[in-house]
Amino acid sequence: MKAVENGSTSIGIKAKDGVVLAVEKIVNSKLLVPGKNKRIQTIDRHIGVAYSGLLPDGRHFVNRGRDEASTYSNMYKEPVSIPHLMDRLGLYVQNYTCYNSVRPFGVVSIVGGVDANGPHLYMIEPSGTYWGYTGAATGKGRQTAKSELEKLNFEELTVREAVKHAARIIRQAHEDNKDKDYELEITWCSLEETGGQHQFVPEDLLQEAIKFAQEEDDEDDEDEEDTEMAT
Amino acid sequence: MNGISVDINHLKKGEVSLGTSIMAVTYKDGVILGADSRTTTGTYIANRVTDKLTQIHDTIYCCRSGSAADTQAVADIVKYYLQMHASQLPPGETPTTKVAASVFQEICYTNKDGLTAGIICAGYDKKNKGSVYSIPIGGSIHQQEYAIAGSGSTFIYGWCDKNYKRDMERDECITFIKTALSEAIKWDGSSGGVVRMVLLTEKGVERLIFYPDEYQA
Repeated sequence: MKAVENGSTSIGIKAKDGVVLAVEKIVNSKLLVPGKNKRIQTIDRHIGVAYSGLLPDGRHFVNRGRDEASTYSNMYKEPVSIPHLMDRLGLYVQNYTCYNSVRPFGVVSIVGGVDANGPHLYMIEPSGTYWGYTGAATGKGRQTAKSELEKLNFEELTVREAVKHAARIIRQAHEDNKDKDYELEITWCSLEETGGQHQFVPEDLLQEAIKFAQEEDDEDDEDEEDTEMAT
Repeated sequence: MNGISVDINHLKKGEVSLGTSIMAVTYKDGVILGADSRTTTGTYIANRVTDKLTQIHDTIYCCRSGSAADTQAVADIVKYYLQMHASQLPPGETPTTKVAASVFQEICYTNKDGLTAGIICAGYDKKNKGSVYSIPIGGSIHQQEYAIAGSGSTFIYGWCDKNYKRDMERDECITFIKTALSEAIKWDGSSGGVVRMVLLTEKGVERLIFYPDEYQA
């Protein structure tokens, strides 16, 4: 749990027509190539995962997810439903708490996607427990992110709007950790925007979202200055 | 590997076979399955009132043809798979016919060397209404508006093609199946006995039976 608490922030938003996943990637070295080192992964064409904590554990988790998804679709010839996949992954993660020869997973994963029953968003913990969310956050900035997510109106929210909010929330969650630079990564999955597939958001939308986040931030600063002047 | 070889003597000596006439037809309210009731060991009729229409789930049935033992075993396995699958679905939802047919296909294909099974899987589900899938001997799968299979079916291909209509009324569809199967039974020595039918609709399952003196008239 310690590893997760201090990992970089990941969030997920369930909008009315799909889900959005976003992560804050701390840039640890100037030598890292921007745009490489992707962190959000795809389990099946319609399911994505973002996680915070020990990254290799997250990759192993995703690998298992892919196995489960392909085993299911090989047998039933239809994409796995997300609640069912979570059920399987919950069992798998829980198993790692049962034996002294293995340690539990060092990640909290946010799994989101769209299936025959619409959009789903889940967050699964190292204990194997998982809950369905409308907005989920994990990692270092989760408290800030959670309180910002609570302000969103999920019934009216579209994924396109959610992408902007995701950029904003990640930026706000990064506030306390401002000395380090970060790179933003956002994916989405919606019937209208991506035809039910989990994809990285297009570059122009990402830039638009980053700009939106920046402007919101500047406005907040101005507001703060105004109140200071008034007092 | 030089093509697919077909073993003509696929039945073991003394094996019980369903020399059969089976069919499933979609109609206005859902789907109707039909079958004769003859089971043979060679020339001997082992059972003259067999039930070849087997329940897989609430409103999913299959028609079995080929080896009685093989098809019963496969049906049992699919039934089990579907129970497991159904238990994982959200409350109120039931498996689709497509899922059931896919499981049949997977089992028939992976064990194609050891199986003699020609299956028609048909069912009613809320999403797709009535649907019919044919899974013939090699383990392929074909969705169809109606399907016929078994040794007796060869005699009624032309008749069915000519007389099948989309979205038939209940009584019209029953007559269609009854007439088709009675012709199949007439010309095929390995088919006979009674004609059984299962109607799968929104309302559930309804079973019908027709005795020789009725369908032969």
